[in-house]
Amino acid sequence: MSPNVRVKTLKIDGKDVSAREDQTILSVARENDIFIPTLCQMDGLTSVGACRLCLVEIKGSAKLQAACVTEVQEGMEVVTDSERLHSYRKMLIELLFVARNHICSVCVSNGHCELQSLAQRLGITHIHFPFRYPKLAVDLSHDRFGMDNNRCIRCGRCVRVCDEIEGAHTWDLMGRGDASQIVCDLNQPWGSSETCTSCGKCVHVCPTGALFEKGKSSSEMSKRQEFLPYLTLMRGDHNE
Amino acid sequence: MSKKTLATVWLDGCSGCHMSFLDLDERLVGILDKADLVYSPLVDIKKFPDMVDIALIEGAVSSNEDQEKVRNIRRHTRCLVSLGDCAVNSNVPGMRNYFKVEELFNRGYFENATRNPRVPDVGLPQLLKRACPVHEVVQVDFFIPGCPPSADAIHFVLNELLDDRIPDISQLTRFGA
Repeated sequence: MSPNVRVKTLKIDGKDVSAREDQTILSVARENDIFIPTLCQMDGLTSVGACRLCLVEIKGSAKLQAACVTEVQEGMEVVTDSERLHSYRKMLIELLFVARNHICSVCVSNGHCELQSLAQRLGITHIHFPFRYPKLAVDLSHDRFGMDNNRCIRCGRCVRVCDEIEGAHTWDLMGRGDASQIVCDLNQPWGSSETCTSCGKCVHVCPTGALFEKGKSSSEMSKRQEFLPYLTLMRGDHNE
Repeated sequence: MSKKTLATVWLDGCSGCHMSFLDLDERLVGILDKADLVYSPLVDIKKFPDMVDIALIEGAVSSNEDQEKVRNIRRHTRCLVSLGDCAVNSNVPGMRNYFKVEELFNRGYFENATRNPRVPDVGLPQLLKRACPVHEVVQVDFFIPGCPPSADAIHFVLNELLDDRIPDISQLTRFGA
């Protein structure tokens, strides 16, 4: 920590905490063992506030703020868990389940999936919204990896890790709203990509079974994400 | 106080949830001390009784027959429980929902048929356009996700419900468990 970094003090869930002035609410909460659910955020990648699960209440503001992209302020009073936040978070997870076709029982990531375990942690036992069953494509054109749109929650981690860490920018997000989807290069089969280095980073940051290694059967695809904090540390990024 | 009554029902599912129920093993005796099993694929009673206290439903609602069954069961059940992922979120039976019923029939009964290609149409229930979770058809009082839910989860829920408590199963099972 450089000597001219200023410290801010604030309250999270009634607890007095201190933070560097450039820290986000999420990172301070984590330092203090306060759980805020996230799906798109990942230490070592730019935070984008896409999944909205980390929404928190800030006293004096009517708007909810995404904790992963909101920096601390002196005297801030943050509530990370209220009945309102809990119901919104459950709703968000349920909407993710109906937006695509998440069939946990036959998924490669069953038992290792962040969407699945978050649903359990938030006490979701069923989905209140009607299922939509969209017909979606699976891309198996790459030699070693597969991409299943049915399981994608469009968190954009793959896009960011490919751009920011690997430097290839093979993945991108196409379209808007519910029609948005992850595309390879200029929306072409993964196997035909000239930018993909086949490094597999996207596969391992993917929170669900949307990106997976070929040859893995149901429940076999556990992700190894340790490389990311390691690379961040070694490169001396100040991205926290 | 008279003994409670329990029913189990098998719709569009693989019977895995019923296998898991049977995996209660000797604990079934304890459950049957508290409740009589009055209707089930495991017992020889064909008509759903006038009123049962708890009905466990396995499987998605896939045909007009399932639909009628589930509506009838709802009318005659105090506490309706969706047992397992098919009943809870349509799970594997729901994987046909991306296709039209005609496309399924073409695939199953014509493209892949080596003899007598035709759609069987006598005495069979009609498939609905979509297989759907039980709670999209009738009100459901309790949900046990899992494929299948473990015997422990089923045991815990039955015990709690039979003792008039509302179980918290969030630690015991999950989608796809």
